[in-house]
Amino acid sequence: MWQFFHKLGSPKWFYGIATRLMPWLLVFGLLCLGAGLVWGLAFAPKDYLQGNSYRIIFIHVPSAFLAQSVYIMMASAAVVTLVWRMKLADVFVKAVAPVGLVLTFISLFTGAVWGKPTWGTWWIWDARLTSMLILLFLYGGLIALDRAINDEKSAARAVAILVLVGVVNIPIIKYSVDWWNTLHQPATFKLTEKPSMPAEMWVPLLLSVIGLYLVFGWLACLRMQTEILIREQRTRWVQELFHVNGGAR
Amino acid sequence: MAFDSFGAFLAMEGHGPYVWASYGVFFVLMAVLMVGSYRRRNAVLKSCRQHAGSRSSRAPKPDSDTAAAASFTRVDVSQD
Repeated sequence: MWQFFHKLGSPKWFYGIATRLMPWLLVFGLLCLGAGLVWGLAFAPKDYLQGNSYRIIFIHVPSAFLAQSVYIMMASAAVVTLVWRMKLADVFVKAVAPVGLVLTFISLFTGAVWGKPTWGTWWIWDARLTSMLILLFLYGGLIALDRAINDEKSAARAVAILVLVGVVNIPIIKYSVDWWNTLHQPATFKLTEKPSMPAEMWVPLLLSVIGLYLVFGWLACLRMQTEILIREQRTRWVQELFHVNGGAR
Repeated sequence: MAFDSFGAFLAMEGHGPYVWASYGVFFVLMAVLMVGSYRRRNAVLKSCRQHAGSRSSRAPKPDSDTAAAASFTRVDVSQD
């Protein structure tokens, strides 16, 4: 068990696994995402109440879902960083924070654009929207904090602590539509209930959520590899990487 | 197909600008993120390769690897 844990924390081991995994993640991710979006845009029936503007859901929900998921993953990694000082966990947090920032921005932007024809306004300071905006600032703050501290270990600890402080925002986002009166509609997918929309709508939505997850997996592997190479470029295994592949000579 | 013509597909009964603006921002940002991350990884790989190349050319002796290992000090418990 401990040996496995140690192996999992090894940048060298992860680098190899990521190289093998990445083509699959990218191909299946783009396939699922492409199928879901084409289906949702052109073939799914229009909503009887919202008309065609509801088609924004096929990018809004996946990016909002991922934005929160990525934060939860970062929080789990932050615990590992603080408790076990595992290098790879900190590499993960640093690599995916900008991805989370972009996804949160996309969900806010598409939400605003969707709100205009549906609610008649781009923005209101309601619970769901405000808590998502706070998530955006949290991501931005994490990236800024990491850049502000030069020492790698202090930066890792500080960022991990801020990630954990920000976790309080996640249940607020999730339950904001139940706790407060809001314009925002309730959750699209619930684990315990059947979706409230017909299959021609939720199947493409599920496809794009899965697709975006896989694309995120590809991005995470790629960006973690970059971070690992920067940190470990002086170690022997990185140097040997090029000799074995015949890259250097 | 939920639309009669390609024109109707683009217009989306008046909701076209909203829908296409959303998809446009999504595709552009994701493409920038993916291509940018990919290029950066390759640039870092390239600089590492050059680093590895210059190191071995500076010390072309056959036992250079063990010498490098001996001079490399680790403060931490190894996770490699």
